[in-house]
Amino acid sequence: MDLDTLLSFEWGTMTPEFIILGILTLLSVLDLFLPKHVDRKILGWIGFVGVILALVSLVSLIGHETTSILFDTFRLDSFAIAFKLILLVGGALVLLLAIDFNHNEGLELYKGEFFYLFLAALLGAMMMASSGDLITLFVGLELLSIPSYILAGMRKRNLKSNESAMKYVINGGISSAITLFGMSYVYGIAGTTNLKGIATVFGGISDAQHIYILGLAFFMIFVGLSFKLASAPFHMWAPDVYEGAPTPVTAFLSVVSKTAGFVIILRILLSVFGYIPVTQEDGQQIPLLFAIQDYIAFLAGATMIIGNVIALRQHNIKRLFAYSSIAHAGYILVALTAMSFVTFDAIWFYLLAYALMNLGAFAIIQLITMKTGSEDISHFAGLYRRAPLLAVAMGIFILSLAGIPGTAGFIGKLNIFMGALMVDQAHYVLVSIMIATTVVSYFYYFGIMTQMFFRPAADEAKISLPAGTTAVILFTAIATILFGIMPNVALDFLHTNFNQFVDFMR
Amino acid sequence: MDFNYFLTLLVFSPLLGILLLAFMPKANESGIKMLGVLATLPSLILALIAYFSYRGGNDLANFSEKFRWIQFGGQGAEQSGMFSVNYELGIDGFGLVMVVLTAVIATLAALASFHIKKEWKGYYMLFLLLEIGMLGVFTSQNLILFFLFFEITLIPMFFLIGKWGYYEKEKAAYSFLIYNGLGSAILLIVIMVLFSRTGTSNIEMLRMILNTENAPLVAPVSESLKMGLLIALLVAFGVKLPIFPLHSWMLRVHVEAPPSIVMIHSGILLKIGAFGLIRFGMGIFPEQFADLTVLLAVLGVINLLYGAFLAFIQTDFKMVLAYSSISHMGIVLIGLGANNEAGIQGAIFQVVSHGLISALLFFLVGVMYERTHTTTLANLGGLAKGMPIASGFLLAGAMASLGLPGMSGFVSEFMAFFGLFKEMPVLAAVGTLGIIMTAVYLLRAVLAITYGKAEREFVGISDVRSFEWAPILVLVGLIVLIGVYPNVLSEPLQATLETILMGIGG
Repeated sequence: MDLDTLLSFEWGTMTPEFIILGILTLLSVLDLFLPKHVDRKILGWIGFVGVILALVSLVSLIGHETTSILFDTFRLDSFAIAFKLILLVGGALVLLLAIDFNHNEGLELYKGEFFYLFLAALLGAMMMASSGDLITLFVGLELLSIPSYILAGMRKRNLKSNESAMKYVINGGISSAITLFGMSYVYGIAGTTNLKGIATVFGGISDAQHIYILGLAFFMIFVGLSFKLASAPFHMWAPDVYEGAPTPVTAFLSVVSKTAGFVIILRILLSVFGYIPVTQEDGQQIPLLFAIQDYIAFLAGATMIIGNVIALRQHNIKRLFAYSSIAHAGYILVALTAMSFVTFDAIWFYLLAYALMNLGAFAIIQLITMKTGSEDISHFAGLYRRAPLLAVAMGIFILSLAGIPGTAGFIGKLNIFMGALMVDQAHYVLVSIMIATTVVSYFYYFGIMTQMFFRPAADEAKISLPAGTTAVILFTAIATILFGIMPNVALDFLHTNFNQFVDFMR
Repeated sequence: MDFNYFLTLLVFSPLLGILLLAFMPKANESGIKMLGVLATLPSLILALIAYFSYRGGNDLANFSEKFRWIQFGGQGAEQSGMFSVNYELGIDGFGLVMVVLTAVIATLAALASFHIKKEWKGYYMLFLLLEIGMLGVFTSQNLILFFLFFEITLIPMFFLIGKWGYYEKEKAAYSFLIYNGLGSAILLIVIMVLFSRTGTSNIEMLRMILNTENAPLVAPVSESLKMGLLIALLVAFGVKLPIFPLHSWMLRVHVEAPPSIVMIHSGILLKIGAFGLIRFGMGIFPEQFADLTVLLAVLGVINLLYGAFLAFIQTDFKMVLAYSSISHMGIVLIGLGANNEAGIQGAIFQVVSHGLISALLFFLVGVMYERTHTTTLANLGGLAKGMPIASGFLLAGAMASLGLPGMSGFVSEFMAFFGLFKEMPVLAAVGTLGIIMTAVYLLRAVLAITYGKAEREFVGISDVRSFEWAPILVLVGLIVLIGVYPNVLSEPLQATLETILMGIGG
């Protein structure tokens, strides 16, 4: 590659990534040279400003024509922008939480590392949203995963944190290997790693043997990536890792990492497997994606049932939210199964709503667990007495997670139901499972409510609110209600700026 | 007169009370109670204005309002008018009657809430939220908006029962939540199937589209699907009403919730079940409904007899009234099962009449419990000596409930049975047994209280006083008014009835 080619690329499309990369380098250098006594919190604030800058530059890219640079490995299309928005908003909120996280159990020595590892993971997630090539997709995936492994083990003197990191890295390694194995089949048959190129080759495929192998490849990739989503069959790591990891990292894993997982799944599924023609028994040709719908539906159903049912028996709030996050992955998989024309809308809106309500909930969980030093649900008892507004905010997040109308979570579910029911072969069973498990989820969500509002407090001491966490709670609570009552604020934004993602494959 | 925003104002005026209450100091008991009652007045006044302006010849269609609210599926869908959910309120005769009933009972229940002993601030805020939900249910012209309001009633009720109820309050709150959650889940499936397959959630549009041959749809709606949806509706609203095997939650709520909340619950919330069945079941699926009439009539007779027989053996007055509610809801089902003019009119009359009567009886229960701290029949014996006036009104309420001519209960029972005798005389004959049983169990219970053997002396117990007169006099007055001059009800209902009858081709 000579200099002219290098200069001919429209680098401006990568501004958000460059900002994150720049800040992350700056932070690591600062951490190295700043004297020991300087509070590393300052690094967190610089990181936060960086993420906000990236967000601003991303917003200015909205409406930018679809561009593909670096030999089609980096794409800037409406899909990339839309999902990077969620990633960056989620990332900014998690950073605020991380700044207020008290640093003990080994974390005090590595507080600075925390922030730049975090930014590296965020960068990986953003690369995934924009990649147009299997190689960059995988590199992005690993760039997200490897810092996450370290982050999970950040509380170095805490046994659970170590266990969590160990489990995470082993499970992650296995799942990455499986994904890569699946991708190797795709490469083997297509002869290229470029998503567009693969789509062209696969569009003309007719050999039944090849289609069979591609079906196999699909499952390997899907199963491997389900690790990132924390959905069945790769969900077992979630409770242990969520419990052991520092709370901001848990929040990161459950929101940003999950969003990134859906991003890569959408990219691969639609661009690679959406074009393989499969001839059905009645002679009709449908894409492979539709032919294997039932299997995805099965995994979605299993995920919802496993998540919601096991959550019933949890007493540790972080484990409970781990199962709840498994369940939510299942809900989003329902939208993926349906593949109607609102699938993108539904997934985008649900991920946005989920990011808001889950991060809000984690902000409060972090406050309470830091205050009491325990993660047992019973420590939420009497929160209404101690801090009424905090209890009401938590109430809002829980109602939204439970999908009660008036909150963003409900509109998200509505969108998913709509997609699943509007197609000719409506997914009645899947929708019924989703609704039934939602009712099951009332048991554990309202269990927290019972603790907060009905039970007396063991400790009447007031809870002090750090600025960053307060901002997160306020922002997420207001947004959760706003998107619940006036969802058009988000939906119109989506529709006017991203126009149904028509440029996704162009 | 300009009626823009009239209904919005009517429905959301309690919100003003909630906001003002938020700024009241917690300990100012009398101030909070006054504000709580005052906050229910704007809705009441507006509801009465609506009623009298209707009697004065104003068309109810003038009250309708409509704004763009949620647009699913993007601009393409919007241009074709699909998948838009508008914020649309409106009332017909039935809605008007229910709104007036709700506003009246809400104000009276707010007065009855003076008996509440703790945390008045939270209580009245939730109470007013509940009122918004109820008013919204009866005015929304759109299934998704209806569902939103429907669920808004669920959450405050959960807290009102769980926090301010009697000994087993949390259990009662959970059982309320789960049963009703399941009911709403099923309702949500029905709503979403209709919405995604027809592209609209407006009730009027749905009625037209589904009863027109070859109307343009997003996806086909077969006859058997319609039948399935109607049965699902029957189950969903059957939980609310409640219909016989789905009633156990309602007994718990009647016994454990504070009497002022039971006034609302038994007076209005149960009626949402009947309202929904008439509005959606009969309105949207008239043909399928006609096929189910025998089932409904049988269920109605079972409800009537089951409730009556079990009420006969209860030892707690609250349980007598709870079973009596089940029994009286049987009459609603009987009227609907008749599926002719007299029957439907009887059913709607019963909805209103039982709303008033059960509110009166439960108010009196509250008054008695306040003084004696018991509700068992044995302990209340001889109450007429201590509280002659309250006992007198209790007798009057019981008379109205068992259908004494000249009171509202008589009109509704007469019409419902008149309707059923036309269609299924044998079943109706069996049903009349229930009417006799009603007289037996009510007289047994009331006589045991008023003239029964005095287990203890009721000395120093004050009779009905000050604010307690208002609910009693208003409710008794309305009960007698409807009994003597049924036209106050039948006139607004006429137009609604005609629309329904046109649908069923009667």
